[in-house]
Amino acid sequence: MKAITQERSRIRKTATRHRDGAALAAPSRGAPGSRARRTLRSTQWAAWAFIAPVVAYLVLFYAYPLYRNIDLSIRSYTVASFISGDAPFAGFANYSAIISNPTFAPALINTAIFVFASIALQFAIGLALAVFFHRNFRLAGILRALFLVPWLLPLLVSASTWSWMLNSDSGIVNAFLGALGIGPVDWLTSPTWSLAATTIANVWIGIPFNLVIMYSGLQSISGDVLEAASIDGAGGWQRFWRITFPLLRPVSAITLLLGFVYTLKVFDIIWIMTRGGPATSSTTLAIWSYQLSFGSLLPDFSSAAAVGNVLIIIAVLFALIYIRARHRLEGT
Amino acid sequence: MKRRSAWLTAIGVLFTVVMLFPVYWMINVSLTQTSNMRKSPPNLVPVDGTLAGYSVVLHQQLPYLGASLLIGIGTVLVTLVLAAPAGYSLAKLRPRGGGAVTFLLLIAQMIPAIVMAMGFYAIYIKLGLLDSAWGLIMADSTIAVPFGVLIFSAFMSRIPDELLQAARIDGAGTLRTFGSVVLPLSRNAIITVSLFSFLWAWSDFLFANTLDNGGSLEPITLGIYAYIGNNNQQWNAIMATAVVASIPAAVLLVLAQRYVAAGVTAGAVKD
Repeated sequence: MKAITQERSRIRKTATRHRDGAALAAPSRGAPGSRARRTLRSTQWAAWAFIAPVVAYLVLFYAYPLYRNIDLSIRSYTVASFISGDAPFAGFANYSAIISNPTFAPALINTAIFVFASIALQFAIGLALAVFFHRNFRLAGILRALFLVPWLLPLLVSASTWSWMLNSDSGIVNAFLGALGIGPVDWLTSPTWSLAATTIANVWIGIPFNLVIMYSGLQSISGDVLEAASIDGAGGWQRFWRITFPLLRPVSAITLLLGFVYTLKVFDIIWIMTRGGPATSSTTLAIWSYQLSFGSLLPDFSSAAAVGNVLIIIAVLFALIYIRARHRLEGT
Repeated sequence: MKRRSAWLTAIGVLFTVVMLFPVYWMINVSLTQTSNMRKSPPNLVPVDGTLAGYSVVLHQQLPYLGASLLIGIGTVLVTLVLAAPAGYSLAKLRPRGGGAVTFLLLIAQMIPAIVMAMGFYAIYIKLGLLDSAWGLIMADSTIAVPFGVLIFSAFMSRIPDELLQAARIDGAGTLRTFGSVVLPLSRNAIITVSLFSFLWAWSDFLFANTLDNGGSLEPITLGIYAYIGNNNQQWNAIMATAVVASIPAAVLLVLAQRYVAAGVTAGAVKD
């Protein structure tokens, strides 16, 4: 990524500084360059002293749990073997078992629908609202701030509120649809609607994030370009699709990637609203992994860990696609 | 022109009302009498409302709220202590391999919480850290630390190098410079990171439910979850708890709206 190239140039810079230091120190005839080298080494020491806690933290609280998780997925673990510590080696048996499990296909499809529907709607609505708020009318600032509320609420709070709003008999949504003459919809209890219901709640939560980032992206576009286009006779619609939208492409790409990574992980909303049901109709991979481990009386941690690792692989794959796409964009 | 702006304001207000309707509905239901709960169509405003739901919260949920407060503050402290020095190092001291650390921090955010929870569970069950506040604080901090480091390094790289050089000429070491120049200048970053790490710890449900289910200090999310599981009838109590659990988010928005927006943007656009 960019960070790495930055680091490389930083190292190169340090190296140059080092050489200059040596050249300056040489005429003094003492140990040539030793002072420069010593200060350089001591700043490197300080730099590492400041970052070492986080590096240790990454190892202890990310790498080690992740390692434990991989270890879980290639052995057959039960709660008992957690404590005794000896679980037989199973290799990729857990992985082939979850792939041939009848829940795998629906979970994968549900994950794909949930993720793509969520980010498409969040992004489209967030972008439209960003363009709207960018027009700077009275109260725009306060209203934009209020739009942040759904994103700041605890997910559990939002999920329980939506559960009650989408309740078949007493929910306000069905009362509203009834007033329009549309029969009651079993949002949470019918396999047809449960995934849609959780997606609606998730879109509601995700709109503020997309709005804020796209708004900041819009602010970085210079007004001159749009003005020039306006003078050349481009209408509002044309200005948006020909100028604003292409200029927003880098911000859009990172927003969509982050949206993807976040949505893939979503657990709370679905678990509170439907627990993945009825049957497997709203079971995503994250929900399935939880069902297999903590959500069951006979936890199967090994299969659950395997499902979790499949999720990580998907996230990393998309991140790599993003990085490649960005390199290509920057290359041209 | 003025007329058009008034129109835009009206449309903006309408959008906001639609967007915030679920929040209003949560408050409305929290004030509704149990006997009116199943009414069809539901009351749009809490006519002959009741505070019964809130009195239930006061009687049953205070320990959960206290636990959440404690866990939130603990998470903020852990996050600040780890993230601020690391951010300074990445922004100004340029350690070899710093780029790799930044990259790992970005990757770390991609790991699903459920995977982390299973890893922590496997470790905690051996160390006897299950159901402990410390265990939960450390787990919750993993949501905030990578974000914190990236925010601090973004903010601190904007501090002019001349200031740090001046401190060095005055004889301050790296630690002194950090403590008396960099930190005071990073007030905004400290506020942003604290706000978010508190809110994320306060809102966490997955780690609480897997690592602290049955401990003596259970957070408010488990309080609500127990309600949803047990009494499906008392929706005013559930929603009253939800309203109370939303207070930190509301406070945050009122007191620190500009930091919130800055945090969202900095976390996303910076890379």
